[in-house]
Amino acid sequence: MATKAAPNRTVRFRIKRCDGPGKPSYWHEFDVVPEKNANVISCLKQIAEHPVTASGQKVSPPVWDSGCLEEVCGACTMVVNGKVRQTCTCLVDVYAPNNGDTITLEPMSKFPVVRDLWVDRQRLFHNLTRIKGWVPIDNTYALGPGPKESPEKQQVRYKLSECMSCGCCLEACPQFQLETNESKWDDAFIGANAISQVRYFNEHQTGKQLKSDRLDTMSEKGGISDCGNAQNCVKVCPKEIPLTESIGAVGRAVTIHSIASFFSRK
Amino acid sequence: MGEKRVIVVGGGLAGLAAAVRIAEQGVPVDLFSMVPVKRSHSVCAQGGINAANEVAKQQGYSEYQHFDETLIGGDYLADQGPVLEMTNYAPKIIDLLDRMGVPFNRTDEGYLALRMFGGSLFKRTQFAGASTGQQLLYALDEQTRRFAAEGKVTMYEFWEFLWPVLEGEGDDRRCVGIVAQDMRTMQIRSFRGDAVIMATGGCGIIFGKSTNSVICTGGAASRCYQAGAWYANPEMIQVHPTAIPGADKCRLMSESARGEGGRVWVPRKKGDPRPGHEIPEDERWYFLEERYPKYKNLVPRDIASREIFDVCVNDGMGVYGENQVYLDLTHKPREFLDRRLGAILEIYEKFVGEDPRVTPMRIFPSVHYSMGGMWTGFEPGDAVPDEPVAHVHQPGETPPIGTEPGHGMKFGAPNNMMTNITGLYAFGEVNFAYHGATRLGANSLLSCIFDGLYCGMSVVNYINDCAPAGEVSQSVYDSAVKQEQDKHDALISASETGIDDPDTNPYTIAKEMGVMMTEASSVVKTGEGLQRCLDGLKSLRERFSRVRLGDGSAWTNQTLSFTRAVGDMLILAETIVKGGLLRKESRGSHYRLDYPERDDANFMKTTVVEFVPDAEDQHRVFYRDVIAPYIKARPRKYGKTDDAKETPKAEKEAATSV
Repeated sequence: MATKAAPNRTVRFRIKRCDGPGKPSYWHEFDVVPEKNANVISCLKQIAEHPVTASGQKVSPPVWDSGCLEEVCGACTMVVNGKVRQTCTCLVDVYAPNNGDTITLEPMSKFPVVRDLWVDRQRLFHNLTRIKGWVPIDNTYALGPGPKESPEKQQVRYKLSECMSCGCCLEACPQFQLETNESKWDDAFIGANAISQVRYFNEHQTGKQLKSDRLDTMSEKGGISDCGNAQNCVKVCPKEIPLTESIGAVGRAVTIHSIASFFSRK
Repeated sequence: MGEKRVIVVGGGLAGLAAAVRIAEQGVPVDLFSMVPVKRSHSVCAQGGINAANEVAKQQGYSEYQHFDETLIGGDYLADQGPVLEMTNYAPKIIDLLDRMGVPFNRTDEGYLALRMFGGSLFKRTQFAGASTGQQLLYALDEQTRRFAAEGKVTMYEFWEFLWPVLEGEGDDRRCVGIVAQDMRTMQIRSFRGDAVIMATGGCGIIFGKSTNSVICTGGAASRCYQAGAWYANPEMIQVHPTAIPGADKCRLMSESARGEGGRVWVPRKKGDPRPGHEIPEDERWYFLEERYPKYKNLVPRDIASREIFDVCVNDGMGVYGENQVYLDLTHKPREFLDRRLGAILEIYEKFVGEDPRVTPMRIFPSVHYSMGGMWTGFEPGDAVPDEPVAHVHQPGETPPIGTEPGHGMKFGAPNNMMTNITGLYAFGEVNFAYHGATRLGANSLLSCIFDGLYCGMSVVNYINDCAPAGEVSQSVYDSAVKQEQDKHDALISASETGIDDPDTNPYTIAKEMGVMMTEASSVVKTGEGLQRCLDGLKSLRERFSRVRLGDGSAWTNQTLSFTRAVGDMLILAETIVKGGLLRKESRGSHYRLDYPERDDANFMKTTVVEFVPDAEDQHRVFYRDVIAPYIKARPRKYGKTDDAKETPKAEKEAATSV
């Protein structure tokens, strides 16, 4: 890394903790001497092995979510120093190069906390069901190849398909709010990632068969009209998915779809 | 008591392919995963998926040659029938994934693009950028979501598998469900299932730092092993030649980097202080190309890993004198790299802070994949030659066996990929089939999906004929739950908030196991080193018997889940080391310095391990002949030059005299 980090320095981790749903939050601070090439996850592992706070209090190891540690699974998303991101790619040499630097870790705020830094993002996957996020193939038997596709179109779809459902775009969105009541999920704003997935599936020749259903969902309460166009989503997307472009594309499709439905109703 | 149902444990490619195929047959599926299935480890697969395709076929390639390559790649340790069936079926899988909407890279005309991969001289790998595994997993995740929305698949995410529920003794013993724990509420309960499919992946975390996800502990496989399922070829662990070493894990740099033209080299001058891109062409040592003029950088992984290890560790020729070599793509156009390898180049950039399009990447081998796994059987197919073919199949020749289903493994036979426990199956990386002693790149996605689709039908046929699990006495389930609840409660009672004594700390014990295993049982092994490791593991198990947890919480106790897995990992680790100690030969990924040659007479055999809980040595090892009716084992050289072993010394002298 270009940044020169001080060797054998101590980094202070401020961690927002919570023992479970409905329990109050509190803070613990830990001092860590980061290993070579440390990231936030390797420091959390050090803390778990030695869960003693900076003031010497023995506490339970913090709980966090992680998976691939290569920024393709989306699990380890947290709020680091006030900004949402994956913690595996959060390099400590960059974030805390000097002795005594502090890194603050909080759970994402738009999803219910399970414990400490681990949140429950089931709503995110529920929203993928809401938009019928699949290609409706007949069956899994050998029926020959799928539709041909131009390389240009493939490049567009590939980019959209890199969405790992991490939820960064939702954390940054002023319109997407915490909703712990599952029965309200279908009326609440669906968020940028699901809208972008609508575009993804509607771009596919077979996926298109459900286009009308998806656009209906987009026209309903919690659909695309709830987007406030703050454009925060695209700024925080770790995969640089063109979310605002998707929102624009789906918005236009919804308009055309509404007009078409209006006339077909007559 | 209701209709028959199937339990699938694990939501990676194998588990999801099985769930979709079985649900499609009208059988309800209960799918268990420690993580939302979309976050399963299959996302980490990068390079692609192999299949004989039309272009390659018209250049002389065939399914049969894919079969032949997979066998020699695995150094003839795989039973041949399932491999034949898989390679014959592979093109169907590509078509299906294509129909599911996987954004495979395309040619100008819109057909599937192809790339080179290790162990072949043909382009036979389909790919979606450099995140093929992610794209394939998402496609199957989407189809699973569709079945879940229709109520045909029930999802249990954040549930951890604890134990298979077995009933009956001897030949009547069968699996009738599982015990699992909700990782949030910590509730432990049983689930009935007429068949159980383990699709729980590999065990890289046993080695501490590997390319694996944090969930790949092998804990589930170890629990099945402890319950009586055989474990096979545990010693066959693949070390991937190209990964970025990190503090928390080693990050994979796909073989596709070499498939797309990436070159591996070190400076000819030992410890050359200049950055890679400033070193002129004639001062670079392309040691793989020099030693393997035919396959060059695309020799199988075990060979590439050993050569890199040799150059760095034995010759001290690593970049900047450290254990690292260059993986160089800088000669390729930026646009080409972004389109075909963008995802992995971004990973490198994010973790190392250098642009691999400008500066050659610095990489080193890392534990990556387990060819070994739960032992599974199969019903042989209808291709029954008098004797295995000794003739080396040449491109363009008519293959001696056709591609119709059922030649290698009988279609729909209930025992395909069933373990030695009736009703308990193992699919994907967690079984030992297909890859022998080394897996070829881009064959793993294939074997996972093949198991799910092809052997999924075997599971359906099995449950159609088995006695319903619904009629099994509740006491069978209750006693399995009690066993797991007791283990859980014992761990909770061994907790004390914040305790961090390294002697009994589960995280410290795991870390020490990882170091020990990587040192003794990865790229190069010796009998002495393995024995020392086995002794070390024994002392870790003793310490583990006194383990103390820093968290006694009854809610979302991650420390408990991890600690339980550490105990199971230690047991599996012993099988890996013991298997390696007893295999006194070198074959594929298993390289014994003290037995450097392959020994077909004594070891063209599957290592099978059975757990004997009350014995002094709990791992009873026995051997089964490899079922090899089709192709006779050949020497595995990959065209290595005869003078290759001399080369490094000559180079080294030349280099040091500069």
